[in-house]
Amino acid sequence: MADSVIEASGLMKAYGPIQAVNGLDLQVRKGEVFSLLGPNGAGKTTTIEMLEGLRKPDSGEIRILGMNPWKDESRIRRRVGIIPQGFNFVQRITPQEAIRYFATLFGVPERSEELLKLVDLYDMRKTYFTNLSGGQKQKLGLCLALVNDPELLFLDEPTTGLDPQARRNMWDVIRKLKAEGKSILLTTHYLEEAEVLADRVGIVSGGKMIASGTPQEIIDQHGSGRSLFVTGSGEVAEKVRKMTGSRCSFDGRHISVEIRENTDVPMILDLVRESGVEISTLQLREETLEDVFLKMVGSVEE
Amino acid sequence: MKVKNILADLKVYGKSFARSREGLFFTFVFPIVLIAIFGAIFSGNGGSTVPLYVQNMNGGAPAAQQLLAGLNSTHLVTIHMIPGSVNVTAYVSEHSITAALVIPSNFSSVIGGGGSVYLPFYNNPTVTSSQIAGQAIGAVVQQFNLNISQAHNVIFVRPYANSVVAKGYVDFLIPGLIGFTILTTPMFSVTFIVSSYKKDKIFRQLSLTPLTRGEWLLSKFLWYIIISGLSAALMIGFGVFAFNARVSLDLFLVPFILIGVFMFVSLGTFAGAIAKTEEGAAVIGNIITFPMMFLSGTFFPISIMPNWLQSIAHFLPLYYVIDGLNAVMVYTNYAAAYADMVISFIISAAFFVLAMLTFSWKES
Repeated sequence: MADSVIEASGLMKAYGPIQAVNGLDLQVRKGEVFSLLGPNGAGKTTTIEMLEGLRKPDSGEIRILGMNPWKDESRIRRRVGIIPQGFNFVQRITPQEAIRYFATLFGVPERSEELLKLVDLYDMRKTYFTNLSGGQKQKLGLCLALVNDPELLFLDEPTTGLDPQARRNMWDVIRKLKAEGKSILLTTHYLEEAEVLADRVGIVSGGKMIASGTPQEIIDQHGSGRSLFVTGSGEVAEKVRKMTGSRCSFDGRHISVEIRENTDVPMILDLVRESGVEISTLQLREETLEDVFLKMVGSVEE
Repeated sequence: MKVKNILADLKVYGKSFARSREGLFFTFVFPIVLIAIFGAIFSGNGGSTVPLYVQNMNGGAPAAQQLLAGLNSTHLVTIHMIPGSVNVTAYVSEHSITAALVIPSNFSSVIGGGGSVYLPFYNNPTVTSSQIAGQAIGAVVQQFNLNISQAHNVIFVRPYANSVVAKGYVDFLIPGLIGFTILTTPMFSVTFIVSSYKKDKIFRQLSLTPLTRGEWLLSKFLWYIIISGLSAALMIGFGVFAFNARVSLDLFLVPFILIGVFMFVSLGTFAGAIAKTEEGAAVIGNIITFPMMFLSGTFFPISIMPNWLQSIAHFLPLYYVIDGLNAVMVYTNYAAAYADMVISFIISAAFFVLAMLTFSWKES
């Protein structure tokens, strides 16, 4: 496909007896933020490292900007930017020096001021790397990934270990980069992050892509729709199960019912009223990506 | 291979090195400390005599006084008196004395009468200072015997130093310590840097840029040439200033510093590359470095070592660097220096190949 920046199919990678990536397919379109979601050990980092050309796949096809990451490495390097997971750098070097160093290596104009201001790190430009906070280190990682003004960015868990404020700052920067038209592959294990940032999401589990699409598409395809969450009792839950035939759970205070028909809603509320339970909570909601994710990842792990 | 990449990396690495206290200590302070300590211990500038305890039972008799004066004039011993009233054997063991001489009360009278007399010498033959005292006594007694028998020396030894340059221990020490610095500075820091960059995934980060492994290694090579050159200059300067060291400064020093640094940057890279952890790297680095530190002619010439150790020394890469430095700086023997240069270059090239084979920025 002409508008794909990443095309991968049938990726396989084993570490000894462990099959970390097991026939994974992935496609990222130009200008989109694609988020790989998955529990720890699902194969996200191995996948992204194979796409980056840092690890060699046992088998499978990869095209990055139409090139082979293993053979055209040096040409790809100039057009992509990467923050590896757990970004680290030389301890006694300042952010400004690090960016200038990378700019010289890439042979591009030095724009440390612009980059440091973009990620809000300009005030720390003369502080040794070792004295930066976790969030500030990640921001420098992002600056270094941006030195060569890449078309495609690989961000491997860029917000892991950051406090909520630092995470939101990072999100703002990622949105700015998307607005500039950069394509971004983002791995994360924060569902919220994927929902907020990603155009499309891929759920990885057991080394395979088990679902992909926009968050809404995934919810529609794999979710069970709406559910009603209301104050109830065990007795009410039993009656609801009988009358609607839907799954209904009771947690000691609330019942949670899958809703298939709109008419189920007043019927359930009638049952609650008849039971005499005082309603203190009432919520009708659609399943979130998180609900779907937990269900899918859980079911695969079983 | 791009010069601008090498220089950019050199600048960053140099800054990070110069900002670490350990780096500065090992570059500037450690060499001076070493030369000060070893120079002070071994330089024979008058201060180094061995103690000799004497119990003079013959009092102010002229012969006894002449013997003591003779011993003093050797400049080998410093005489300490044992009171005439004590038991020498007990005194010697009580004070852990390594050399004690007794001048018996009949010393003068026996010599005057033409008889023979024995001077009891309590010594510990395993201790060098005891041996030196024994030699001093032997020489003085021999002179006495010649005088009394009215004979004179027939054979004389005329000493010639085996070198046109070196006069004292410190002169041999400087090339050894330059070799020591060429070994330790790159070995310890490159081994550490390679293993910690690997652990901290800094190599992975660098592999994302156009910088190549070869450029990175070349930049380390250049950096340690600068550092070793500075250390060497400092040691030579300090040795000349503080200990009156006499060494021949020659352009021939340059290839040995270059080859030596090349050798140990490569070997350090190899050690760091094969280690799984930083701790492992320290162990491997030490295993490689320690035998060379002592057995390659760094602190003392290998000629004083037993033969089997000398054979081992010939297998140590640093030996050829130090031997070459000695050939240039002490003996001005350029034929030997050429041979050492060729051998050390071949060893370095082998280490470089080994380093490039094991040193990877990628994970399989």
